[in-house]
Amino acid sequence: MNVLDVDNVSKRFGSLVAVGGVSLAVAKGELRAIIGPNGAGKTTFFNLISGFFPPSTGKIFFDGADVTLLPAHRRVELGMARTFQVTEIFPELSVFDNLRIATEAANGYRLRFWMNREQKLQIGHLVEETLELVGLRTKAYRLVGELSHGDQRAAEIAMALSLRPHLILLDEPTAGMGDQETYEVTKLIRRLHQSGNFTIVLIEHDMRVVFHLADKISVLDRGRLLAEGTPQSIAANDAVQEAYLGKAA
Amino acid sequence: MKAGENSRKLLALALIWAALLLAPYWMAPLGGYTALGTRVLVLALAAMSVNFLLGFTGVLSFGHAAYFGLGAYGAGFALKFLAPSTPLSLLCGTLLGGLAGALLGALIVRRRGVYFAMVTIAFGQVFYYIAFQWSSLTGGDDGLRGFSRQPLDFGLFSVDILSNTDAFYYFVLFCFAAAVAVMGLILRSPFGRSMIAIRENERRARFLGIPIERHIWIAFTLSCFFMGLAGALYALLNNFADPRGLHYSQSGDFVMMAVMGGMRNFWGPLLGAAVFVVLQDYLSSITVNWMSFVGMLFVAMVLFFPRGLLGVLARRSAA
Ligand SMILES: Nc1ncnc2c1ncn2[C@@H]1O[C@H](COP(=O)(O)OP(=O)(O)OP(=O)(O)O)[C@@H](O)[C@H]1O
Ligand SMILES: [Mg+2]
Repeated sequence: MNVLDVDNVSKRFGSLVAVGGVSLAVAKGELRAIIGPNGAGKTTFFNLISGFFPPSTGKIFFDGADVTLLPAHRRVELGMARTFQVTEIFPELSVFDNLRIATEAANGYRLRFWMNREQKLQIGHLVEETLELVGLRTKAYRLVGELSHGDQRAAEIAMALSLRPHLILLDEPTAGMGDQETYEVTKLIRRLHQSGNFTIVLIEHDMRVVFHLADKISVLDRGRLLAEGTPQSIAANDAVQEAYLGKAA
Repeated sequence: MKAGENSRKLLALALIWAALLLAPYWMAPLGGYTALGTRVLVLALAAMSVNFLLGFTGVLSFGHAAYFGLGAYGAGFALKFLAPSTPLSLLCGTLLGGLAGALLGALIVRRRGVYFAMVTIAFGQVFYYIAFQWSSLTGGDDGLRGFSRQPLDFGLFSVDILSNTDAFYYFVLFCFAAAVAVMGLILRSPFGRSMIAIRENERRARFLGIPIERHIWIAFTLSCFFMGLAGALYALLNNFADPRGLHYSQSGDFVMMAVMGGMRNFWGPLLGAAVFVVLQDYLSSITVNWMSFVGMLFVAMVLFFPRGLLGVLARRSAA
């Protein structure tokens, strides 16, 4: 069964059609890359999948259930997590507290006014695990806002992971990163993918990253799905070359 | 580093409670009087309730005096019409403020920022005009009179809190401590952290699966319960409930106390309330325009010390 099934969705902003009738199916365990020129509607597409706003038309299915009109926080409960193109974190809190809030929310504590010692330890343990996974353990008590750009991006991915999702949406995770940071993040995403626990959809401009990671690539252009296929077939596609790779290079 | 920070916090906490516990003894030699201390506690509780929303959830409620005033009327009505019992009057005031907050909060949590602030002010003014107009029940402009706080009955003995101002101070301090302890526990709980998450970054909080509207509503309601208790204590302090306690200028005073003392600091509004009350007491005996001096001080504070008095002090001691 597909984890994500997007059926002919579109989104208009006034007269602008940001996304115009896109369908997409992502299988369990797949890593799908979405590419396309600036303004193609990639982020808008993510916003529709994650419930930032409802689509103008079309339907979205998550694990086979219709989530088209479900609010964002309910989709998170169902196991969908996302990061943003411009990092969204709690800059004035420590890395630990950022992850603790995410972990508590995901483990059913968000409405609790009290935790016993054991529960606190358990949450702390989960946070440590996630910190270890993304390599932020030594920076746990620094304010996130004071970290390097790359570490902030890593912290945001860690928050998404703290939610124990099985679908992760990453909006340009390597945006604004140097080579070393890009390499680290790519390695992390690859590891997540290979663990087999996650289905990942990734918007990415860096073609090295895309071709290194993706099982399949979908190309958006001016709100439409231009092409879809394996990295090899996309690289060989003339229309894609013209619309995107030619311009972006 | 963490350990040093913790011991500094504990020391500050010990100093605050020592100062509050001993207030009747050190205030008089400094030219104050106990009732002034009681007033500080009551208004500080109100300012801390406002700050529960403003400083820790990032929600601008500028009409919070409504729930303060309702708390005062609730306590007054209970003493006047129900039974001569101080605890009952506190309960009634707290419930009236809190339940009104729960009801109105449900209507306004979908608004954000300035719109939220405007709707809260509007609701506050509605209560003000009701209290003002319905004089057969509320005494209108003259306020609700004809009740007074009752001795605390402990079965074997009773404590006179009406004429013994020190006893009343300690009674208010007890209520203040209980309310503030609950507030502090909430802020340290997972729910409290979700409030801070909403303040820090609402979008991120939403995509962590936190239902923003519901959490703001709960925070708003809790804050109104605390506000109702503060209002009820205020009615006991004055033996009187006044429509001006509902007015938006009263809300503005509470926000001013919170901002002056330091919104990001749990104890900031207490300091803000102390400064406000002492200035009011001192200046109003000199000039009728005392408020313009407080206003100027407020503007200067916001311009030069945006983190408030406690924000400045905390930074000094950290350096
Ligand atoms: N909330 C919004 N209101 C109005 N217009 C919007 C909104 N969000 C996006 N748009 C418009 O929709 C179009 C698609 O934007 P989107 O951000 O989805 O593109 P993108 O493919 O993510 O581009 P980039 O590669 O630059 O991130 C753009 O023309 C953008 O200006
Ligand atoms: Mg984008």
